[in-house]
Amino acid sequence: MAKANTSIGMNTSMNNAGSGISSRTGSKPVHAVKRKLKYNIERAKKNKVAYSLVLPYYSLFFVFTLLPVAISIIYSFTYFNILEPPRWIGVQNYINLFLNDDVFIIALRNTLIYSLVTGPVSYIASFLFAWLINELGRRIRTALVLIFYTPSIGGNAYLVWKLLFSSDRYGYINSILMRLGIITEPIQWLTNVRYIMPIMIIVSLWMSISTAFLSFVAGLQSIDKSLLEQGSVDGVSNRWQELWFIILPTMRPMLMFGAVMSITGSFTVASISIELTGFPSIDYAGHTIVTHLMDYGSMRFEMGYASAIATTLFVLMVSVNKIVQKLLQKVGN
Amino acid sequence: MILARMKSKGLVKKKYRIHKQTTAERVIIGVILALFGSFMLLPLIYIVNTAFKPMDELFIFPPRFFVINPTLKNFRDLAVIIPSSWVPFSRYVFNTVLVTAIGTTGHVILASAAAYAMEKLDFPGRKIMFSSVVLSLMFSTVVTAIPNYLIISKVKLIDTLASIYIPALQSSLGLYLMKQYIVTNVPDSLLESARIEGAGEWRIFFKVVMPIVKPAWLTLIIFIFPGLWNATGGVYIYSEQIKTLPVALLQIAAGGIARAGVSSAISLIMIIVPVIMFIITQSSIMETMATSGLKE
Repeated sequence: MAKANTSIGMNTSMNNAGSGISSRTGSKPVHAVKRKLKYNIERAKKNKVAYSLVLPYYSLFFVFTLLPVAISIIYSFTYFNILEPPRWIGVQNYINLFLNDDVFIIALRNTLIYSLVTGPVSYIASFLFAWLINELGRRIRTALVLIFYTPSIGGNAYLVWKLLFSSDRYGYINSILMRLGIITEPIQWLTNVRYIMPIMIIVSLWMSISTAFLSFVAGLQSIDKSLLEQGSVDGVSNRWQELWFIILPTMRPMLMFGAVMSITGSFTVASISIELTGFPSIDYAGHTIVTHLMDYGSMRFEMGYASAIATTLFVLMVSVNKIVQKLLQKVGN
Repeated sequence: MILARMKSKGLVKKKYRIHKQTTAERVIIGVILALFGSFMLLPLIYIVNTAFKPMDELFIFPPRFFVINPTLKNFRDLAVIIPSSWVPFSRYVFNTVLVTAIGTTGHVILASAAAYAMEKLDFPGRKIMFSSVVLSLMFSTVVTAIPNYLIISKVKLIDTLASIYIPALQSSLGLYLMKQYIVTNVPDSLLESARIEGAGEWRIFFKVVMPIVKPAWLTLIIFIFPGLWNATGGVYIYSEQIKTLPVALLQIAAGGIARAGVSSAISLIMIIVPVIMFIITQSSIMETMATSGLKE
């Protein structure tokens, strides 16, 4: 706050200086009121400009992000099928969700398994790759950043995995395994319950080196070299100590930001599941909270129930994020 | 500290420095990077190769990874299939370019203006506004998909291109990164002198702040671009003449294994634009991401 408006701060301090003189002349109360009024009018005027800058963005943000969360929470306590007005049914949706909907439990379990693997693995891999390429030359570092980052901005390029895991003999992975004599007949990768989840995890790890990775690369690049020299003077004797005692604590803000990005990304798998394994997948092996949400929201139009699924996912994501933030506070301490 | 001072006076001969990598370490790092680098790169190379494979090579058994006789046939086929759709293909291209242009420009201006106000101006509510933006980084937009549909239909944007680019304008990652960049790169003194010269806040924003934060707006563009470029409009758009490029291309690609070559050609076309943009802007992006840290 103090930093935010130094101009007003300066004005008031100058006015205060003036008040010191005027108070000596004995007309303090009148001046004080006048000054306060003037200050507030000035602040309001300034605010008007500030609001004109902030509101075009924030009103859209309110309408398309905050309001929907609120609506979703409210609808989750209703029966709503779009045709009739919503009807209040209390926590019935949640009771059905957790006690009567076996498919949701599968989806929840799949999502948790999936995000417990992809979230941490992609997070750690992002940091590790960033750390490993940090001391390489500029050109090769840039090239590697591009290689690691490209799959995440490739749109539907992940469909290539569908060709690679194609279930006939023309599938590249089947053909390699057959040539190596590991298998004798093609594996039905994308319709075999055993392989669906691992394949989804592999493909999403391939796509997951994204924003967090860029943040780590940039953070490592901007670490003050003198800090490392100082550390070496203070008795840091190997790279691991350097990493734990100097680099990680310095990088903490990036680590927190990267964690938010990785967690949020890992909980929302849907398109990979739908495109690779079908919708619904065999025995719901690739079913996630988001595909369950799509099932009820955009196919069955049970908006109340779908909102309860969305709200559950919302609570799950925000609380995991908050917990991880708490844990990261401890890094390097 | 004492050691450092002694060193600076030349009293200590031994040089204290950052731990250099040993040869063994270099080899291990090289092997790890080569291993994972190829895991990342091979599918992309496969796309490129398949895109240039002639029909007979697509059905060779055992399948070959690399193309033997590269051909542009898949791209030509694409050009042949395209005119047979009943809306001119240029229409799809136009729609996607329009959505991407409005979405990125609007997002950069709105998010930067809001970020500037939240960081440098004092007004009631700015703290809670920024906290809500940070909070929104912690959940994804799928959570709000259903209410968003209801809101979009309420404001009569269903079946318009605006249903794609208007929600994109308020992406919270952009505002967050912009604000973090302004914190470290826009000095108050500069704004002060502009104010003393009598410039209004909007003028200061456009004339002083925006030129300084150029690396950050390139970053905002890079993050919002792939989403818009690949946007299909999903459930919002059903009229053929306002469908986007990815929709048209996905329809063509849906032809199964017989179209594997054409579909790879399409993937290559879709992926190449964001990649080139990233290559051009990567140094600005790195500069911006250096300030991306979350302090709490």
